[in-house]
Amino acid sequence: MTPEMLSLSNSPGLFVGIMLVKILVVFGVTMLIVAYATWCERKVIGHMQTRLGPMRTGWHGLLQPIADGIKLFFKEDLIPSESTKVPFLLAPMMILVPALITVAVIPFGPDISVGGFLIPQQITDLNIGVLYILAFAGLGIYGIVLAGWASNSKYSLLGGVRASAQMISYELAAGVSIIAIFMLSETLSLREIVFLQQQDLWGVCSFVPNWYVFTQPLAFCLFIITGLAEINRTPFDMPEAESELVSGFCTEYSSMKYALFFMAEYANMIVIAAIAATLFLGGWSAPLNIGIFTMIPGFVWLLLKIFSMMFFFMWLRATFPRVRYDQLMRLGWKVLLPLALANVVITGLVVVIF
Amino acid sequence: MELIFFYLIAIVAVASGFLVIRCQSPVNSALGLVNTFFCLAIFYVMLHAPFMAAIQIMVYAGAIMVLIIFVIMLLNLGTEARKRYTTGVVWSAIASLLVLFNVMYFIKRGRVTGAEGDITSYTVESVGHVELIGKALFTEYLLPFEIASILLLVAIVGAVVLAKKEV
Repeated sequence: MTPEMLSLSNSPGLFVGIMLVKILVVFGVTMLIVAYATWCERKVIGHMQTRLGPMRTGWHGLLQPIADGIKLFFKEDLIPSESTKVPFLLAPMMILVPALITVAVIPFGPDISVGGFLIPQQITDLNIGVLYILAFAGLGIYGIVLAGWASNSKYSLLGGVRASAQMISYELAAGVSIIAIFMLSETLSLREIVFLQQQDLWGVCSFVPNWYVFTQPLAFCLFIITGLAEINRTPFDMPEAESELVSGFCTEYSSMKYALFFMAEYANMIVIAAIAATLFLGGWSAPLNIGIFTMIPGFVWLLLKIFSMMFFFMWLRATFPRVRYDQLMRLGWKVLLPLALANVVITGLVVVIF
Repeated sequence: MELIFFYLIAIVAVASGFLVIRCQSPVNSALGLVNTFFCLAIFYVMLHAPFMAAIQIMVYAGAIMVLIIFVIMLLNLGTEARKRYTTGVVWSAIASLLVLFNVMYFIKRGRVTGAEGDITSYTVESVGHVELIGKALFTEYLLPFEIASILLLVAIVGAVVLAKKEV
């Protein structure tokens, strides 16, 4: 008997149990990476600037995220008296939640069989996976805009206005750059996009997999740049530019609410890295079709790819200055969007011809 | 199970729709509207139309509402804006009640014929929802689709011409 895909209809109890386990594991791992990404970022930037970074708490500062968490927990939670209460409280949640639920469609391994059923190593395989990611990526903006508006402070408001203009402009280019991928894959399901990337490169080179970064290098670069702008990382961190806006949209926040903004920044980084890894770098599949590499479980490869992307983001933060606002807008509308559109046209022509 | 879920979401949808018109601050109203859009997206998922759900969130919640909130933020509309709308509430209530009765009448009058035609739930399952919509848009309904996009283009150009001082 060939094992069939586990679903709610053929074994409800097992399905719900496995689903809960998967959600808990993915959520736990994401939060753990979020915590240690803060440590990692301080270490990486420290060493790049010939400093040591955190050293005091634990071995080489390893306990620093925990110490930071405890500190932020016990700080006084200030709510400005002139603020609009409900949006002020909602904003930190509205920025973190979209980041965390996007992880639900990232596949992290091949199907495994348990008790005669095939279980996909992915929380849920939506056949509109890519659209789901785009839809929820557009929602993170509410947190920033509301935080900026509800704080009733001019720095926050300026941060919020900058963020909304920036994210609306770059969302477009990000979406269009991904379109080139599913013109090649002819599916929107991330699971199948990963499977397609395991085939031979262009059908000839047998040990190099068919990662879309080889076929779509331009789309990959565009996606990384627009992704960085979407999550407000340096060099596009205009909404919280310290030198001009104190700290932008989160100026008035303190204690755990500030921590939520902080966590959301790193969660967004993980999400962008995971999407880039899944769409362009073969997801959980091994970089070379060699026996030893394929022995290593899929989630290790996925995490490795995510970590190297995140290291790259930190590297950018340590080396690039912030771009000016008019430069940012010109880059988004006059360079990135036309390039993305041209890429779609060329991909379409190539797909039709071959 | 699905029915209970439907009623839960329906209550949330109606409640947030109520918030849209009753909130004092315009930003809270806008948030209520976002929540209503979310509930509609959930209804699309329950009707086996995930593509519509994603587009609903992407276009309405992700783009249009962000622009509306952006405008509210920039103009900084306070609570004084509320008074202007209170006189029209009675008329709009009467109008929406009439529309409600109208819709109810048409729903009651219609006969349920069952699944007929080429596109059944089975074809949607096997071919895929997105593929079917794409095929219909770009073959059968290509002309209306292109007309709609030209209309949008004209609207964009018009907005630019109106907003720019010297062209």
